[in-house]
Amino acid sequence: MTVLTVPMAEAGPAGTSRRTRVLRRLRRNPLAVVSFVVLALAAVVALLSPWIAPHEVQQTDFAHTFSPPGTPGHLLGTDDLGRDVLSRIMLGARASLQVALLAVATSLIIGVPLGLAAGYFRAWDAVISRFTDLLLAFPFLIMAVGLAAIRGASLTNAAVAIGIAQIPGVIRVVRSDTLRLKSLDFVAAAVVDGASDPWVLARHILPNATSVILVQATVAIPTAILAEAVLSFLGLGIQPPSPSLGTMLATAQQFAARAPWAAVLPGVVIMGLALAFNVFGDALRDALDPKGDR
Amino acid sequence: MARYLITRAWHSALTLLLSTIVVFLGVRALPGDPALALAGEDRSPEALEAIRHHYGLDQPLPIQFAQYVERLVQGDFGVSIRTGIPVSSMLTTAVPVTVELSLLAILLAAALGVGAGVLAAVRRGRPAEWLANGLALVGLSVPHFWLGLLAILYLSVAAGLFPASGFVPLLEDPVGNLHHIILPTVILGAGLAAIIMRQTRSAMLEALSSDHVRTAKAKGLRPRAVITRHALRNSLIVVVTIVGLQLGGLISGAVVTEQIFGLPGFGKMTIDAVFQRDYPVIQAVVLLTATAYIVINFLVDLLYSVIDPRIRVTGDPT
Repeated sequence: MTVLTVPMAEAGPAGTSRRTRVLRRLRRNPLAVVSFVVLALAAVVALLSPWIAPHEVQQTDFAHTFSPPGTPGHLLGTDDLGRDVLSRIMLGARASLQVALLAVATSLIIGVPLGLAAGYFRAWDAVISRFTDLLLAFPFLIMAVGLAAIRGASLTNAAVAIGIAQIPGVIRVVRSDTLRLKSLDFVAAAVVDGASDPWVLARHILPNATSVILVQATVAIPTAILAEAVLSFLGLGIQPPSPSLGTMLATAQQFAARAPWAAVLPGVVIMGLALAFNVFGDALRDALDPKGDR
Repeated sequence: MARYLITRAWHSALTLLLSTIVVFLGVRALPGDPALALAGEDRSPEALEAIRHHYGLDQPLPIQFAQYVERLVQGDFGVSIRTGIPVSSMLTTAVPVTVELSLLAILLAAALGVGAGVLAAVRRGRPAEWLANGLALVGLSVPHFWLGLLAILYLSVAAGLFPASGFVPLLEDPVGNLHHIILPTVILGAGLAAIIMRQTRSAMLEALSSDHVRTAKAKGLRPRAVITRHALRNSLIVVVTIVGLQLGGLISGAVVTEQIFGLPGFGKMTIDAVFQRDYPVIQAVVLLTATAYIVINFLVDLLYSVIDPRIRVTGDPT
């Protein structure tokens, strides 16, 4: 019978849990609040866009192509085929977020177990490091070029290419946090207590590594949003006529002389989304920083 | 130190071998007959047979790989399906453009990034820091191809300040070359500058509160001398680190920038090849990028051990 109790990991001053303190620090940071509200609004619009978009996204109107912003019935104007720009931006933002979440999920599903294994098992470290080196040698665009050449260009393949390119970053932060946690007393106590390796990893290390994983995911999302826009712009991502902010910019480039304003709005939306995630990510990292606990 | 370098060299060589295998197998992963993909327009049975023989497709896979590596070592990257030009000669015209663009972008980014980072750290809590931080956040979040698009629209087409596209080789017309490459350099360098700025700022803040800087201040050194001689020296390491880490992003960025500005570099060659399904070119481009990444990162590590005495002594980069 065991009498050894595992001390609570990284418990803070009595009375307040770490989560409460982190949330309080976030609430007190105006930048965090503003960026969170922007992201929440964007998420709601993206989720509901198929129902709340003012027009059907594929509905063409050749009598009213290139209407400028402010045209009655088309708040942000129409494009080269007379389609409503506002509706296409709403669904394009939805696609951006979809690709970004899919990419980050891919990188976490593969990267977190590998990072845990590399940090915990000495023998696996070298193998996983070589795998990381190999992934790093193929920049995301080159990865996307290869995937598009083999499997064709699509939303899924773009997300997979971006996700694979983000795996090394996930492995790196999870590995170094695992190394740190492994050397702490509460993990040693669990091992002495006879806990198996999978149990220690799942029950003690992973829960304590969630904050670095969370920060990594928050900074990976804006990178993925920008990457998706680039790929779709080049024709390696979402394929027309599906709405995408990147392809909207590619079309705008073709018709820049006739409708220069069309090149502005989709870019502003991409930048707004990425900026909100970056600002929130910075605030989250500051709030989770254990130095702030003292 | 020697031990560290030997381990590092061995790892680089291993990664290079693995990436060559990946690229080699990639073309075999194409749906259908690789000979058909390599044949392009001429799909007569004789032509397919000739291709199978030339590429050794009738041989077992390990032998095919050995032959592939043998051709690579001789500089034979195959022939473009679309143009019939050897891929190696396409590369010799395209790569210098990309190298020039990337080097200029790195220089610009280092100058801007280190300058703004030092300013932000020294003027902590003042408007200059907020401005520098804000600009860096925007630099990280803005889609650079979109900035390029706007620059072409408003600075080149509307204002006529810069050529909207095209290129003249550096050796033919240095002034014209600079004129063509200035906007792409700014666009490509801006994102890198933002990353360098953020890292320089935090490295400077750490250095400014460290013991050796406090000692320097205490012995009466003027603030300017403290900053440049003691604190700023460390930011050289930051720049080298970032360039090593961000190399993949830089290569991706160069591809996009060239595409927007119509620069006849490596990136444009890549994108054109994808749309023309020019597999020998895609294969060469992917392999060359991986090789460049591995070799440059190895050089960065060498450079590290030169500029950072800690690595020279302990043989450990962390």
